[in-house]
Amino acid sequence: MTETPLFRYTLRLADNALVLGHRLSEWVGRAPVLEEDLALGNLGLDLIGQARAFYVYAGEIEGRGRDEDALAYLRDAGEYCNVLLVEQPNGDFAATMMRQLFYSAFAHPFFEALQKSRDATLAAIAAKAVKEMAYHVRHSAEWVIRLGDGTDESHRRAQQAADDLWTYTGELFEADAVERALIEAGIAPDTAALRASFDNAINDVFDEATLQRPGSGFMQSGGRDGRHSEHLGFILTELQFLQRVYPGAKW
Amino acid sequence: MAAPATDIAQTDVTGLLTRAREVAESVVDPEIPVLSIADLGVLRDVRIVDGAVEVDITPTYSGCPAMNLIALNVEMALIHAGFGMPRIKTVLSPAWTTDWMTEHGKKVLAAYGIAPPQGKASRRALFGEEYVTCPQCHSRDTQRISEFGSTACKALWRCKACAEPFDYFKCI
Repeated sequence: MTETPLFRYTLRLADNALVLGHRLSEWVGRAPVLEEDLALGNLGLDLIGQARAFYVYAGEIEGRGRDEDALAYLRDAGEYCNVLLVEQPNGDFAATMMRQLFYSAFAHPFFEALQKSRDATLAAIAAKAVKEMAYHVRHSAEWVIRLGDGTDESHRRAQQAADDLWTYTGELFEADAVERALIEAGIAPDTAALRASFDNAINDVFDEATLQRPGSGFMQSGGRDGRHSEHLGFILTELQFLQRVYPGAKW
Repeated sequence: MAAPATDIAQTDVTGLLTRAREVAESVVDPEIPVLSIADLGVLRDVRIVDGAVEVDITPTYSGCPAMNLIALNVEMALIHAGFGMPRIKTVLSPAWTTDWMTEHGKKVLAAYGIAPPQGKASRRALFGEEYVTCPQCHSRDTQRISEFGSTACKALWRCKACAEPFDYFKCI
């Protein structure tokens, strides 16, 4: 059975949300301050909630009886199709917040556009997610500004994070055959049209943060087709451990 | 025990629906036990389909961990009230907004010590200046400590007049 573009597309949205949500959950219990511990946990929870909705729908589209758990826990790294940005390590707090800003500044206008999808389920999930992503943009932008326009050390680290992560932002706007088919069908938004919104958001934040926006340069790619950095394997090892060792375990 | 479908069909469907709605409306949010799911705006619809009760609920946030428990509690409440095999459905659209919280809900929230959402959940409310009234001393001299509080739907605030920290149910 060949998979449909809609299945692959929905799975990508699910994987992006799950992997980033898992990354944020790694901060729980070790964030710099209590308020930030709660905040990162809450951001992660939003993303994992979005992931669940997308996985349930992907399972329905596929029609082979795989539920949200089967899709999240029983696929290996090569079958995951998230963008490379979301699997990048947490690093220091600046790296985590920069990754969050890059992702949210894309995801917010993306979900805004996806609300108008001809696919009613994707539109419904997007309508919830867009409200949550508005908070993610605001929270991460506030931190990037605070760190960039802070001490010499926080500025240096924020700039380093921006320089390190910028190469993963190109993939957010790529459109392959899967996506183009859905754009033509009025199901997927054309991400090229979101570029200006993303650029404006990043420019505004970087100006205020006194940070240099990295030049375009070489862009990493491949995550959406299952070619990942080594980091994803480590994430899945932890995320899937219980279901791999005790298949079908429930609690 | 639940009455068989044939008996239900013979009884007054409107009466049944009223009773089922009362039961569903009596279920409270497990995180905020003074607030009913009707006041919270999470209960979207109650109907009788082929003699069985169907209830629609909607999550406040995509990842709200209380949703599973709310669904279970609605199901249990209906079963205890004599409705056999109720079906609880989660609907995502239209997306929940704090605008659906009832005035009664806002009052009990404030009395419980949680500042209710202030104003409408427009973009202005989300990105503009927020003035939140302290649920303890009603001063408006308050400040936000963190956008994210004890649950996804709340933010952490502090009152500068009475020095009490409090939760604020944020607008979405």
